[in-house]
Amino acid sequence: MSDLLSRNADSIIWLARYMERIENLARILGVAETFARDRAGRNWLPVVQINADEERFFKRHRVADAGTVPHFYILDQDNPNSIISSMRAARENARSLRPLISTEMWRQINRMSTWMGGLSVNAVSQANLSALCTEIKEACQLHGGITEGTFYRDQAHYFYMLGKSLERADQTTRLLDIKYHTLLPRAEDVGSALDVSHWNALLRAAAGYQASRRVFAGTITPRNVAAFMLFSDSFPRSVILCVRQMDWLLTQLRTRYHLRGGARALELLDELRAALTDQTIDAVINRGLHEFIDWVQQHLMLIFGEIREAFCQSR
Amino acid sequence: MNQTQASPPGPGLLARYQRGEFFCELTSARPDGQADLAALFQRLNAVDEDDLRRRLGLAEKELFDLGVTFTVYSDKDAIDRILPFDILPRVITASEWSRLEAGIIQRVNAINLFLDDLYHDQRILADKVVPADLVLGNANYHQFMKGLKVPCGAYSHVCGIDLIRDQAGEFRVLEDNARTPSGVSYVVENRNLMLQSFPDLMEGARVRPVDNYGLMLRNALDEISPVSGNDPSVVLLSPGIYNSAFFEHVFLAREMGVPLVEGRDLVVEDDRVYMLTTAGRASVDCIYRRIDDAFLDPQVFRPDSMLGVPGLMQAYRKGNVAIANAPGTGVADDKAVYAYMPRIVKYYLGEDAILPNVETFICREAEGLRYTLDNLENLVVKPVGESGGYGMILGPKASRIEIDEFRAKLKADPANYISQPMIGLSVCPTLTDKGVQPRHVDLRPFAVTGAKTTVLSGGLTRVALKEGSLVVNSSQGGGSKDTWVLEA
Repeated sequence: MSDLLSRNADSIIWLARYMERIENLARILGVAETFARDRAGRNWLPVVQINADEERFFKRHRVADAGTVPHFYILDQDNPNSIISSMRAARENARSLRPLISTEMWRQINRMSTWMGGLSVNAVSQANLSALCTEIKEACQLHGGITEGTFYRDQAHYFYMLGKSLERADQTTRLLDIKYHTLLPRAEDVGSALDVSHWNALLRAAAGYQASRRVFAGTITPRNVAAFMLFSDSFPRSVILCVRQMDWLLTQLRTRYHLRGGARALELLDELRAALTDQTIDAVINRGLHEFIDWVQQHLMLIFGEIREAFCQSR
Repeated sequence: MNQTQASPPGPGLLARYQRGEFFCELTSARPDGQADLAALFQRLNAVDEDDLRRRLGLAEKELFDLGVTFTVYSDKDAIDRILPFDILPRVITASEWSRLEAGIIQRVNAINLFLDDLYHDQRILADKVVPADLVLGNANYHQFMKGLKVPCGAYSHVCGIDLIRDQAGEFRVLEDNARTPSGVSYVVENRNLMLQSFPDLMEGARVRPVDNYGLMLRNALDEISPVSGNDPSVVLLSPGIYNSAFFEHVFLAREMGVPLVEGRDLVVEDDRVYMLTTAGRASVDCIYRRIDDAFLDPQVFRPDSMLGVPGLMQAYRKGNVAIANAPGTGVADDKAVYAYMPRIVKYYLGEDAILPNVETFICREAEGLRYTLDNLENLVVKPVGESGGYGMILGPKASRIEIDEFRAKLKADPANYISQPMIGLSVCPTLTDKGVQPRHVDLRPFAVTGAKTTVLSGGLTRVALKEGSLVVNSSQGGGSKDTWVLEA
């Protein structure tokens, strides 16, 4: 059984997180574009809000519109949360992991990074944005497929999957939260045709539209969508599925590879799982969906901190 | 299918090739291998130049995509570059190789015996074969190593011997690289590229494989480990991803199947070395290090080093960890010591050097300095402490003003220089903007030493891509070629 350097474990978690983050940001920008089309450009602010970037964003831009937000989140190298910044960080991590990841993984990340580095301002213009987001998303999916098909299944792979699940859970909550920021100021729209189309778009962005049609008997309601994205045991991007996966991965690392750390992270995961299984969606909504999402995000951060503390400390 | 009009049969890719007065690595007469060389010539000659260029473009793109690159840093950016690859191979026949191999093993043996002597009895200094001040006053001589027994008596576990070939076709040693020579990854990757992109050119060529390098190195590292034979834990120590040779570190770690560590991954406790893993500390028995001596251990060498491991040298002294290459080998590959190598070989082995040096004048000696000053316009003068082709002057190619400026520098610090006659380096057909042209090449084979010395059957052929240039360094417009050592 080969050892895994703590530093490499950290890098592999980050590699997975950055790639997952890029994909989800592309999904969010894609759906925001759909929202904005309906609302005459007023709906770009939520993207900034769900990423908690208001301060940074308004230092550089006066308004959050189609001309500023996509550029800020795709091409702006000075924005650490932009896709291009995540890409650069993903590549740096992959570079340090080259002896561990497959050559094919590295090659694709390297090519994707070169491609992204060559994107022009025109590529994020309103006319091209949707196509670009699809391309970015597909490049990430290519990464996922290559990883699934070529990455040697040892410790490193478990840490990779941990990072991926953690980021995905976090991003799903953000995607769900976009509706909170988008619609709350206009209570009269709730249940309207426009509202339903927004929830549809949101489900599509999370690749959950088709599956959700099989699950929801009748109309799409905010309640249904939130339950689907938080609680579904079968939807690959649902928060509970990601949490269960993390729990399994961490347990595997402790039993199969005899890693001693991570007990506190398992406890926190247990709390999170309980919160996602022991209450109904109505209870969550009554107490406040946004507040619940906030709590989930906080918990994910704590879990990440514990995992790094347990396995990734150099020195 | 064939919609393009067939062009009239051309005269062939190599038809207009003229080697000039130089020895040519493809077309000059050899003692053996004629049939292989003739067949290769025919095959290359039949290749369509445009097709070759197109495929070369794709192959270079693939190298870039795979990150087979070195990094060049400017003020703001880090740019990844591939080492330009020339598709036309350099060929070494079986008899040429057996002599090269014997000469390299002999030289590496002598270097290791020399180092062992310098760090123990210093007989060679007492016998005044090599001036004592040249060694003991050398910045790369480490008092720290004095009296320390190294496993297998091996100091320079990986040694790169730079060879050139003169107009008469004689291989001569230009430089020894006994510290941490780089370039071996290109030897293997160039071959991979040939096999993948130009299988038709390699078909039937009886070329010795080079893909066993990782195994060679791993075996040698196992042999020098304190727990040799008992599955020692080997690591490769790199300065990290910002080092320009990082790709090579990745390559070697991957080929050997060992962890690629940085200084921050290692700790020393009770004079033992550990790496920090997800499961806690794991012991380390052998370190193939690709960082310079000065950075190895801030407690012994540079105190400001962030790349090294505090306490590493103490663990090494205790024999708890092996380090390759050993610290302090730089005293043996100094350009001034180089001049004494034929005498060093003779002294320890009682044999003449199989591979001659390039004639060298030592400017620290009055006679050598006088000759150099009198003949500057005919000589190559090099500073002894530099590498990468920096700080040297090519007399025959320099202007009057450059020579006068250099004369002043030389007079101010003669001990810092050696001089050599300008050698008409051998050439190899090379694909250029003006078709196939002769370009000068050198050769760096790699010798690996554990319990004994073995030489990889190949080497890094560097080519000066600029017309007429003799400087093959990648930092100054050099590229590389695949090096084919033919089967007997």
